[in-house]
Amino acid sequence: MKAENKNALLRGLRDGVPIGAGYFAVAFSLGIYAAGGGSASGLSPFQGFVASLFTIASAGEYAGFKVILNAGTYIEMALVILVANCRYLLMSCALSQRVSPDLRMVHRIGMGAFITDEIFAVSIAQKGYIPPCYTYGAALSSVLPWAIGTMLGIIAGEILPGIVVNALSVAIYGMFLAIIIPPAKKDRIILGIVLFSFALSFAIQYIPYLKDMTEGIRIIVLTVVISAAAALLFPVKGETENA
Amino acid sequence: MHNTWLYILIMAGVSFLIRVLPMTLLRKPIKSRFLRSFLFYVPYITLSVMTFPAIMQTGDSVIPGLIALVLGIGMAWAGCGLFPVAIGCCAVVLVAQLIL
Repeated sequence: MKAENKNALLRGLRDGVPIGAGYFAVAFSLGIYAAGGGSASGLSPFQGFVASLFTIASAGEYAGFKVILNAGTYIEMALVILVANCRYLLMSCALSQRVSPDLRMVHRIGMGAFITDEIFAVSIAQKGYIPPCYTYGAALSSVLPWAIGTMLGIIAGEILPGIVVNALSVAIYGMFLAIIIPPAKKDRIILGIVLFSFALSFAIQYIPYLKDMTEGIRIIVLTVVISAAAALLFPVKGETENA
Repeated sequence: MHNTWLYILIMAGVSFLIRVLPMTLLRKPIKSRFLRSFLFYVPYITLSVMTFPAIMQTGDSVIPGLIALVLGIGMAWAGCGLFPVAIGCCAVVLVAQLIL
């Protein structure tokens, strides 16, 4: 291996460690949810490990596990993943601008496959063209804790008493709140949109016809409709490639 | 009956395509302001609609989840990070279940 590649790999591995620690905690609570509280459709620890290893997305996996637990359709699964993960489209576009134009296809695929909020953030912060080995390093030290955390969470969800599982299962919502509230505090428009989303998500349970949608479809419809409305009413200014 | 492995394959496959297609095909920034705005708002909205009202289905009643929601928003507003907010929500649900 060339010295500069090795260097980039080591830097990536190092920068991935704190990411991995955070991932482990999030994945654990995701696993608690995926276990399904003892329901027959809950995932096995190994299924959770594989799902996390290859999907690497908190909101996306939560939505996907919800479809599995509710025995939704496969189409619903594809759509819910598309919606929950569509920010990665944007990140992938941004990343494509920051690699060498001569970068081989295999590395374009490799770098793209590991895009998460955090791995994207540390990669894009590199100076000049992003070395693929840096992204691989960051992924190596963070994706495995993510998959193992999910697996251990499912095991915990299966063996711990119900009252403790209930308590732990709320952790994922706590994390979601910790992601959406700080930007909402800074930006009145985001605050309004978050509150409106809460309200509509609650109200839709009582609206005839609409209330019959499965939870996965509800997430898709609400997200697409509210996001489109927000984009029309409050278009964002300037470059948002780091969003 | 659905096959869990097939679900997982779709989950992983669609995620992979979303991440890899622009990187390999587009190679240009998204120009449309509407599309950029749409993609900017999606994460906040999807996390919001996944959190509420689902958080209220935590225990046998809606009360523990509701308390967790209020505490979580309060802690995040006060500047607490991902981990403290999650632990706080877990703790309050555990206590609420024991008391109620």
